[in-house]
Amino acid sequence: MTVQTADNAAILARGGSSLQFLRLAEAIAIPAGAIVVSALLFALFLLVIGKDPIQFYSLVWTGGFGSSFSIQNSLQRAAPLILTGLAFAIPARIGLTMIGGEGALVLGGFASAAIAIPLVTNGVPPLVTLPIMALTGIITGGLWVGFTGWLKFARGVNETIASLLMSYIAIAIMNFFVEGALRDPASANKPSTLPIGDAYRIGPMPGTEVHWGLAAGIVLAVLLWVLMSRTTFGFAARMTGGNLRAARAQGLPVGWLMVICCMIAGGCAGLAGFFEVAAIHGQANASLVAGYGFTGILVAFLARQNPLAVVPVAILFGALAAAGGVIQRRMGMPDATILVLQGMLFVVLLVSDTFYGRIRFFQVKATGDRT
Amino acid sequence: MDNAVLTVLIAMLGGAIRVSTPFMFVALGETLTEKSGRINLGLEGNLVLGAMVAYATSYLTGNPWLGVLAAGVSGLFLGALHGYICKLPKVNDIAVGIAMMSFGTGLAFFFGKPFIQPQAPRLDAIPLGDWTGNPALAQALQVNPLFFVGIVLAIFMAWAFRNTRWGLIVRMTGDSAASARAMGVSVDLVRFLATAAGGFLAGIGGAFLSLYYPGIWNQGLSSGQGLMAVALVIFARWDPIRAIFAALFFGAAGAIGPSLQAVGITQGYYFFNAAPYILTLVIMIISAGSKTAAREVPGELSITK
Repeated sequence: MTVQTADNAAILARGGSSLQFLRLAEAIAIPAGAIVVSALLFALFLLVIGKDPIQFYSLVWTGGFGSSFSIQNSLQRAAPLILTGLAFAIPARIGLTMIGGEGALVLGGFASAAIAIPLVTNGVPPLVTLPIMALTGIITGGLWVGFTGWLKFARGVNETIASLLMSYIAIAIMNFFVEGALRDPASANKPSTLPIGDAYRIGPMPGTEVHWGLAAGIVLAVLLWVLMSRTTFGFAARMTGGNLRAARAQGLPVGWLMVICCMIAGGCAGLAGFFEVAAIHGQANASLVAGYGFTGILVAFLARQNPLAVVPVAILFGALAAAGGVIQRRMGMPDATILVLQGMLFVVLLVSDTFYGRIRFFQVKATGDRT
Repeated sequence: MDNAVLTVLIAMLGGAIRVSTPFMFVALGETLTEKSGRINLGLEGNLVLGAMVAYATSYLTGNPWLGVLAAGVSGLFLGALHGYICKLPKVNDIAVGIAMMSFGTGLAFFFGKPFIQPQAPRLDAIPLGDWTGNPALAQALQVNPLFFVGIVLAIFMAWAFRNTRWGLIVRMTGDSAASARAMGVSVDLVRFLATAAGGFLAGIGGAFLSLYYPGIWNQGLSSGQGLMAVALVIFARWDPIRAIFAALFFGAAGAIGPSLQAVGITQGYYFFNAAPYILTLVIMIISAGSKTAAREVPGELSITK
């Protein structure tokens, strides 16, 4: 109690907002420190296997941000990562560890490609077709992840394992149709659905070569940030995530909050799948299973589940993915190099969780003898 | 028609024996870890890394059993890392599991690239079915020694949990950390050792995949077996013997698709590919509501809360 009072006095003395400022500084400094430490560890790893870390990081820089082409490439890859990052971050705020973004992306993308087949063959104009496709992707993804959320609250099924199982099932469903009933006979080597055709493709945003998925991701990130931190719904969700029993005791509809958060998450991932189909591949096939859903988990962790922070972090990982190809060609390293780097970063990042509230610099000092 | 049914049944029996072994090892490892009160969701990473290390070691040394040992050691490394990180305050063991999954598969794909093409020496099987005079049955009863190692291990674990001091310490740590501390047991150390040992077993499960069945190394070798085995532990209610039966059951389910394909039924192949995942999910839904499971869960486990 006395500590509390002393803390409050210190906060008042320092202008009230200093506690918030220190929290923010801590939330930026610790993940940033984790990035630096894992970059150093990875440099060590490269030295051990006889590669040049300086060359590696300079290639990451040039491949990710070096030219206007590479920046556009990075942003293009960041678009699905923003959406899959949100797909992990939103359920995480309500205390659910949902890792099914990959499945919702694949199934959402597949559903939007499937519904496009009758529309495109009957010549429905793109302005009608594309919104229907997007909506199909969002609803499919939303129901898919929402179902896992429902299983959690209705039956107490562990959502982490269930959501990953659902991802495998989603991929199997897509394969079932793409290699069977909905296979375009012209796709000989790589079974795919009927291409939607150039007229139906989503073009780049004006003045860029980046498709509209990036704008959609950024807008959604802002909207979801508002929803989670500035509305009653968001407050109830965060309260449930913080203390489930207290939320129940307050009479909050905990189950519905969970299902809605999961549906939002699935909708984001499904929308990412729609953009992959409508802007990148033009059809649904195995290329949809590109690991964006899994990288999105790491994006959300690094962003500390904050929808706004997801955007810059996703761009960082988009750059890393964009540089992957250059690194493969110039350094003769396998494509899994980026996976190793991401895995190391993930582990170091979780270790860094232990430092919150333990670094004196970021704590409000009662005595005031030190800043 | 009867003949086809028989063929499918025999193929499923063979499949149950062949496919179940990796499930068995991962599930036994996870049982040990969860009995100590911690969950390691990352055993999929151990499985994939173990498969790669076993294949590479067998290829480079020519001795597949050395590969099995190396796979165990690689799993031990990942398990120990998991166990160490979870010891730190404020670290979430579920999240660490996800991270280890991606770290383990990343390492395996990175170092495994040069070993996708070459053919490594595989583990030999014991032909137990030659006396039947039925080639299909003889084929199904080609049993790998690791299968028996798994069964013996399960019996030993079940006995040790009940009858040894170590078993009691692990169970006590899992049921109530407070009483373990009161007894002077280091909770962190017990959990660290249980996670490391569990990781070792999962690595051996991976060696079976790459050195026996399917007996190759590539990036699509394991698609979620490690994860399903973790789910299976809940179904087996943290009992090593029940884990063996659950693994056999899963093996048979996983063998349905290939067996039907063998008799010419190729329709719905992709559906049967999804069968093990759907089955796991259904089993999770059933066992989550079960009162028996709720009674037998280690008290410190975060997974069922």
